Amino acid sequence: MRNPFRSEAEAFRFVWLTIGYFALIVIASLINRWLGVAVFVVLTAVVAWWLFSHGDPKETSRQTPAPSPPDEHRILVAANETVGGPELLSEIRKRAGDRHARVLVVCPALNSPLRHWANDEEQARTEAQERLEASVASMRATGLDVEGEVGDGDPVQAIEDAVRTFQPDELIISTHPPGRSHWLERGVVEKARSRFDMPLIHVVVDLDADGDDSLPS
Amino acid sequence: MSAAAEAHEHHGPPPIHYSSRVSPALLGMLLFIASEIMLFGSFFTIYFFDRVVNNGVNGVWPPEPFHRPVFVAGLNTLILISSSASMHWADTSVKKGNRAGLQAGLVLTLCLGATFLFTQFIEYSRLGFNTSDTSFAATFFGLTGLHGAHVFVGLMILLVMTIRAFRGHFSPEHHHGIELGGIYWHFVDVMWIVVYVTVYLL
Repeated sequence: MRNPFRSEAEAFRFVWLTIGYFALIVIASLINRWLGVAVFVVLTAVVAWWLFSHGDPKETSRQTPAPSPPDEHRILVAANETVGGPELLSEIRKRAGDRHARVLVVCPALNSPLRHWANDEEQARTEAQERLEASVASMRATGLDVEGEVGDGDPVQAIEDAVRTFQPDELIISTHPPGRSHWLERGVVEKARSRFDMPLIHVVVDLDADGDDSLPS
Repeated sequence: MSAAAEAHEHHGPPPIHYSSRVSPALLGMLLFIASEIMLFGSFFTIYFFDRVVNNGVNGVWPPEPFHRPVFVAGLNTLILISSSASMHWADTSVKKGNRAGLQAGLVLTLCLGATFLFTQFIEYSRLGFNTSDTSFAATFFGLTGLHGAHVFVGLMILLVMTIRAFRGHFSPEHHHGIELGGIYWHFVDVMWIVVYVTVYLL
């Protein structure tokens, strides 16, 4: 949602919009009371639509991280339930290649809307932490320089937080296949692609097809 | 010196992490305004409740023998809208490095705000009714008085801003005090438009 009091100039513009809004309602009410009600409903709906449809803050938030040291390649991985998938591990190994690569795995603490609004994140964070620890241990066993952290419940926000602190060279987002992935439904990959100015690889992990081959998750 | 070396030589706490992409000062002002909207909302709820209940008795609003000073309040509305324009002029001036414009804009805003408040006091003294005269009078004084209190607080903020402007505390690069004070003043203006339309016109 767009915030009308983001700056002095926007607040001043809002003053004039308010004047126009109420002037139309008052004029309509003077003609006919029900016309006033109709104008109020229509204008309010238009304002609500405008506030909600023009509120995407991505124009202010495109992130260009500082480069990592020349002898080091940093890979940021965002994954939740698919964090232990073999496709993801294979892609990380491929991206790392023969370089000295540092990998940061971020597991967003996904939560139900009800628990989110109740500020009850403990269980979500605990589950994310357990998945993360198991996967990081498995990745380290293959020789990768891996760290892990539990991130914000909003995957894009979790990535943004990690980008600020880790300053990666590239980003890998791991999801379930289309149709089973909430992240794909919510357009997480597209949002991340538009917000972060770095190479982004989308890895699809099919845990059902992988069966016992997958890492602990 | 490379960026990495600079990072290693840095002492003290790390830079602030703006997770919400809004500076803490601006976020604080926004939360304050949100709480203010809720406060005004509760007063409007009382006003509309009273209006719905009492309007059904005789079909006339405001109830006899009360009369609202629509014209004087309308003039006051123009004064307050003008003060928003002068506030915006001050903000635009500081961004352009026009110090005289900043000072003139703030002084003008201060004078217009004080005029608004003074006119409201005069209006109160000539209304002919008081807070204890029926629920209409109570809600009328409640809403307009609540707004008047906000104008008073805004004037105090403006006074500090004006003193700081004359002492040269603001520049095109550093004018957060003007920005936040301006947001508050415009908010007070918006609330008055809502109060005027609701209490005086409709």
